[in-house]
Amino acid sequence: MKLHSLSAHQILELYKEKKTSPEEVLKDVVMRIESVEPKIHAYAHVNTHPKAMEGSLAIPIAMKDNMCRKGEEVTCSSKILKGFKAPYDATVVAKIKQSGGIILGSANMDEFAFGSSTESSCYGPTFNPWNLSCVPGGSSGGSAASVAADEAIWSLGSDTGGSIRQPASFCGIVGLKPTYGRVSRYGLIAFASSLDQIGPLTKDVTDCALLMNVIAGYDDRDSTSVNEPVPDYTKALVNDVHGLKIGVPKEAFVEGLDPEVRASVQAAIDELKKLGAIIKEVSLPHTPYAVATYYIIATAEASSNLARFDGIRFGLRESPSKLRKNTLIDLYEETRANGFGDEAKRRIMLGTYVLSSGYYDAYYLSGQKVRTLIKQDLDEAFKECDVILTPTAPTTAFKVGEKVSDPLAMYLSDIYTIPANLAGIPSISIPCGFSKAGLPIGLQLMGKAFDEEMLLRVCYTYEQNTPWHTKKPNL
Amino acid sequence: MSQAPFETVIGLEVHLQLSTNTKIFCGCANVFGSAPNTNVCPVCLGLPGALPVLNHQALLSGIKVGLALNCEINSFIKFDRKNYYYPDSPKGYQISQFDFPVAKNGFVMIKTDKGPKRIGITRAHLEEDAGKLVHDNLSNCSLVDFNRTGTPLIEIVTEADMRSPLEAYDYLNTLKLTLEYLGVSDCDMEKGSLRCDANVSIRPWGQEKFGTKTELKNMNSFRAVKVALEYEVARHTQVIQSGGKIVQETLLWNDEKAMTIVMRSKEHAHDYRYFPDPDLVPFHVDYKVIDQVRAELPELPAAKLERFIKQYALSEYDAGVLVMDQSLTKFFESCVEHYSQPKKIANWFNGAVLFEMKERKLSLTELKLTPSHLVELVKAVEEGVVSNLAGKEVLTAMLDSGKTAGEIIKEKGLAQVSDDSALLAIVDEIIKQNPTVVEQIKQGKPAAAGFLVGQAMKQSGGKANPKKLNELITQRILNA
Amino acid sequence: MSISKKDVEYIAALSRIHVPEDKLEGVAKNLSDIVGYVEQLQQLNLKDVKPTSHAVPLSNALRLDVVKPSFSNAEALSIAPEAKDGCFKVPLVIE
Repeated sequence: MKLHSLSAHQILELYKEKKTSPEEVLKDVVMRIESVEPKIHAYAHVNTHPKAMEGSLAIPIAMKDNMCRKGEEVTCSSKILKGFKAPYDATVVAKIKQSGGIILGSANMDEFAFGSSTESSCYGPTFNPWNLSCVPGGSSGGSAASVAADEAIWSLGSDTGGSIRQPASFCGIVGLKPTYGRVSRYGLIAFASSLDQIGPLTKDVTDCALLMNVIAGYDDRDSTSVNEPVPDYTKALVNDVHGLKIGVPKEAFVEGLDPEVRASVQAAIDELKKLGAIIKEVSLPHTPYAVATYYIIATAEASSNLARFDGIRFGLRESPSKLRKNTLIDLYEETRANGFGDEAKRRIMLGTYVLSSGYYDAYYLSGQKVRTLIKQDLDEAFKECDVILTPTAPTTAFKVGEKVSDPLAMYLSDIYTIPANLAGIPSISIPCGFSKAGLPIGLQLMGKAFDEEMLLRVCYTYEQNTPWHTKKPNL
Repeated sequence: MSQAPFETVIGLEVHLQLSTNTKIFCGCANVFGSAPNTNVCPVCLGLPGALPVLNHQALLSGIKVGLALNCEINSFIKFDRKNYYYPDSPKGYQISQFDFPVAKNGFVMIKTDKGPKRIGITRAHLEEDAGKLVHDNLSNCSLVDFNRTGTPLIEIVTEADMRSPLEAYDYLNTLKLTLEYLGVSDCDMEKGSLRCDANVSIRPWGQEKFGTKTELKNMNSFRAVKVALEYEVARHTQVIQSGGKIVQETLLWNDEKAMTIVMRSKEHAHDYRYFPDPDLVPFHVDYKVIDQVRAELPELPAAKLERFIKQYALSEYDAGVLVMDQSLTKFFESCVEHYSQPKKIANWFNGAVLFEMKERKLSLTELKLTPSHLVELVKAVEEGVVSNLAGKEVLTAMLDSGKTAGEIIKEKGLAQVSDDSALLAIVDEIIKQNPTVVEQIKQGKPAAAGFLVGQAMKQSGGKANPKKLNELITQRILNA
Repeated sequence: MSISKKDVEYIAALSRIHVPEDKLEGVAKNLSDIVGYVEQLQQLNLKDVKPTSHAVPLSNALRLDVVKPSFSNAEALSIAPEAKDGCFKVPLVIE
């Protein structure tokens, strides 16, 4: 039996029937990693001796390379953190360990989560399991590819502007960005603190609910964590959308949307209608400004969040021989110039610029104001519907190298995913078809704050009535 | 004295470390003097992924300070990041407060020779302290200890209301006393728990526009602040009078050389890029919380001074001496509870007790004197059991031995002799020996009796009750 | 608004990132493109709009003033690039 190709809930079923053990599953997954990892390169680091743990959810998991694990190297796939062994566990890591999760290693990512293709990793790119010449999306590209390639049963990623959902879409799996504050950020190496959120990447919606049950919840070490009761998300797995109102923003089907993506998403809308949902057109007039707003707010926060990578207390410090005068300023400037990649430096400088004296009002403050408008648009729309449906990304996975030299084109691949981060609401991507070239297409649903259950219900219903989640790449 | 050629304008920034149990944003102990880098954790070391959570007590202390300085407390408070690089600042930014500080628009009253003066408090905001750098010139390196990082600070910023270094000095003393009363900090400048930076400029008399200011740092006593300001005022005056211009810059005070020197480390322009810290959420301060903190405020020095003068009929001087130290006022009031002779107690306290404290270089608590013991002594003097002079001797002995006044009076036989028959023998003897003085008294100069009392006291070995002696001598002579 | 080489020098200095002279031009162009794109926000009338810093309106996240365990000196310095006498070692800082 190919244990690695199963979903977590299928494996748990086998555990219950005593048909397999965590040791067996782990062994099988490790063999799978050995066989396909050279092609995919989903991992930044593979744990040499992952251990099967005691616990109710003894499932092998990949963690994005930006979650601190005590004693393990965590690098954000950046040269500046190479060799950094975190002296503490992130809250999600502690929760995974407590539940018996078997941590396989850290998944490759765009450096500091800056990117949508996993090409800016200091370890080199991850490749899309469906087509090795394509990117897996990003920034949680390693997390998505590891699950799609059966190199992990499930994984955790982080999503600042679409970094869970877009790679989930490109890799044909399920990816959920929870409501801001639903999952603790303590120990997640920050990109943009007001937008970052950790979430699951899984083979199906049931697994998504199961993993949410592990990671969701209040944490007194995170001031932005919300002290709301956590439901049992598996209770939301109901195969019924009768009477639910699904909003479709008229702004979603615009120029730049790939016709094949458009067709698949339209087919999904028709399917949901057939299943009893009510489809409503809604308007989100300020969403065309979302990408610009995002790049101001996210880079501003990042420029400050990444100031701590300075070569003083941890991580890379440029050796004196390379320094110009061996002064403190040289240490800072050389360490950061050599430790960060081009995109990281670009975003740090952009963020510094939008906050700098004389430009704050024109850029940063304007960005925060448009954020208000985008949030208001969504609040208005949710008065008329239970969920909002869009494509996850305007295209299927693009070729490796295609957008590397055009940062703006890369930024625009997050056009559908960014509004949910700006508004702090939950959003999920599930597979809804394939292009003629055989690349997965994703469908995005956004929900009201703390209503992940509604997203899970609609997605579960769709999944139970469509075949997409059962398809596997040929590796 | 001729008027100075320019008017001096001074504003002060005081940083006060709050003595909470833990740091402002993490659970590390907030203590002084630990081994380097042992009160540190992911949060105060600025490790990747760590997040701040505000210490409730630090917020309450901030509100307390604001109220004591007559400030408005903002009902909406938030924290911002002040971005700059320095090895003692682990995150590359300091968490501080930019546009919604905990308190604003307050004042402190100081005394000047022209009467009371109001020094405006622009704002008081909470922030985190930086670590400590030790420079090792020999090995060409600096060493960073992050124990102090994250110690809660409140920064108290004045308006440019002070017009002389002396006013600045008086403001600092008044402020410090108020802060000591609040009990939110040990206010110890030597340990760095209270630090002061000064902004100073000069302008021609009558001109409204401020002159170019310089910022002074590195003064480690109030006296140093005063001297540095005096130095800087003189320097400004000289530069301007010789046709030069003051450059706006930060200067370090060098106490040994008694001069200011330009800071060299600021190689890049400052652009702090303040923005709301997304890792912290705003705080809504309910008026109920403010009222509760207000209700718990101790009586502050100015109010206490007024009350002492009114309630205990003390002189402004006596009340002032007591109010300078909260422990003295507590001791004093406890004495008054035992014995309602406040003026007598104040005299003893501000005289003999303070003298002993000074002599022994001890604080009141270290002196181990209790209010009831002091009262016992004051009573003994007032009731004529011992003379005033002997009383002081008794106090010294009390402090040396820890015994009570009664025990010492008994041991040393210091009790006054008030018994008529015993005293009459001495009085008769003295009258016999001093016929001239006796004659003077008879002729209507009763003041001359003082001499005879003194002689009689000597004869009695200081044990006679002088009042009684006076009575007996006058009686004896006039009734003879 | 386009970003000049001089702007890049200023931003690079603030960001503590060394940008070699021959790269300034390219960085300036790159940043100008992005800044040009985000400038579309200025088409909107934002006069009466309140800024949003936090998407989820939370307030008063406070912690009790209770001491929690700290790192030992060895744990703290285990991550240090250079250490001496229990401290993190850096090049001499001149004040």
